[in-house]
Amino acid sequence: MAILEAEHIRKSFGRTEVLKDISFSMEKGQALSIIGSSGSGKTTLLRCLNFLERPDGGQIRVNGEVLFDGADKNYGKEKLIRKKRLHFGLVFQSFNLFPQYTALENVTLARELLARELPDYKKRKRELREEIRAQGEELLKQMGLADRMENYPHQLSGGQCQRVAIARTLALEPDILCFDEPTSALDPELTGEVLRVMRELAQRDMTMIIVTHEMAFARDVSDQVIFMDEGCIVEQGTPDQVIGSPREERTRQFLSRFSGQ
Amino acid sequence: MELFWEQLPVVLNALNSGFIQTLKLFFVTLIGALPLGLLIAFGSMSRFKPLSWLTRFIVWIIRGTPLMIQLLIVYYFPGLVLDNPIWGGGEAGRFLAASVAFIINYACYFSEIYRGGIQGVPVGQEEAGLVLGMKKSQIFFKVKLIQMVKRIVPPMSNEIITLVKDTSLSRIIAFQEIIFAGQSFMTGSRGIRGVIWPLFFTAFYYLIWNGAVTLLLGKLEKKLDYFR
Repeated sequence: MAILEAEHIRKSFGRTEVLKDISFSMEKGQALSIIGSSGSGKTTLLRCLNFLERPDGGQIRVNGEVLFDGADKNYGKEKLIRKKRLHFGLVFQSFNLFPQYTALENVTLARELLARELPDYKKRKRELREEIRAQGEELLKQMGLADRMENYPHQLSGGQCQRVAIARTLALEPDILCFDEPTSALDPELTGEVLRVMRELAQRDMTMIIVTHEMAFARDVSDQVIFMDEGCIVEQGTPDQVIGSPREERTRQFLSRFSGQ
Repeated sequence: MELFWEQLPVVLNALNSGFIQTLKLFFVTLIGALPLGLLIAFGSMSRFKPLSWLTRFIVWIIRGTPLMIQLLIVYYFPGLVLDNPIWGGGEAGRFLAASVAFIINYACYFSEIYRGGIQGVPVGQEEAGLVLGMKKSQIFFKVKLIQMVKRIVPPMSNEIITLVKDTSLSRIIAFQEIIFAGQSFMTGSRGIRGVIWPLFFTAFYYLIWNGAVTLLLGKLEKKLDYFR
């Protein structure tokens, strides 16, 4: 069964239709790359999946459970959305780390706050906190940041910040990890370290949706590629199909702009 | 010179009690205007348009006109126009009127500082909190609040230092703060007249007080320096 099914997702900002009837699905453990020029609706699609935007219509299902249904009028209650969100994780282009917390605190904060909602939190407080801390340290080690845990974001490079952000998202163990142009805000020499971490995640069969402009990376890592243009899915298939031998003229035009790289 | 040493204790005594009035006005204004400013800031950011327009209009009026006019109007308007001298007579009445005028005036300035601090926190912070499953209240208290405070402290320090000096404007309604006390020795008070040096002395009070305030707020700013 598909882990994620999105059907007929529509979204407009004022009169601008940003997403026009988007449907796709993906299997557990797959990596899906979404490519397309800026303004094509890629980021809006990710934001809809993470409930940062409310789609005007359509349906989103994770493991068969309906998380969003445009016909459901009751949708939108903050409390419900909060739980639904946890199926997804989102890594932002601009990291959005919390500047007043250390790398480790950035990773553990959300889990600690969630742990407080456990019925037996008061009794197991110490144990839980140690568990969360250990998990945070482990994640940062995996990201190659063992010696950076106590540093504040402003003491870290962009690449390090983005790796902290990835660890922070992984800490909540989402079903699907979304990346919104994770290397676009980085200096070219720093993109490699972030892409390496993402490649490792893909090899460990993390389910990932990656909005990216790194064509070589997308081709290499993804199981499925979607090319979007003007709010529509123009082409969809394996990386070899979509990036290797695109059928659509619009895809070819878009890719030709990257061929120089 | 001998005369100076004779007059000094008398003058210092008068200046000290004047300065106590100055400090009273200073603290009352802070205690009133800091929370009221936050309310006004929320009003001006309200999504309910009429409320936001109204608060912005009031802020425009208050910030666009001299505090001295506001003092005069607040103090005299009820008695002269409404035939209802709500402030009562004497020093207590003048203090009350001055406090009200200062609180309203400073709350409007503070509200703009708060607004800048609140809106200055990038949207990404809120969004990051949301996708991490935090509640709105958790995002406010655990993520945004200290970032706002950090943005607010430097402009607030400026405003507070200005307030120390602005308290002297209350002299216009004859509130007996320190300038009033210093000036009284020019026209004659407590057997001393025709001397201007007490007025110069008042400057030291302001300098020392402002020095202390600057030091304190500077410390707070330093404390928040651990992140950017």
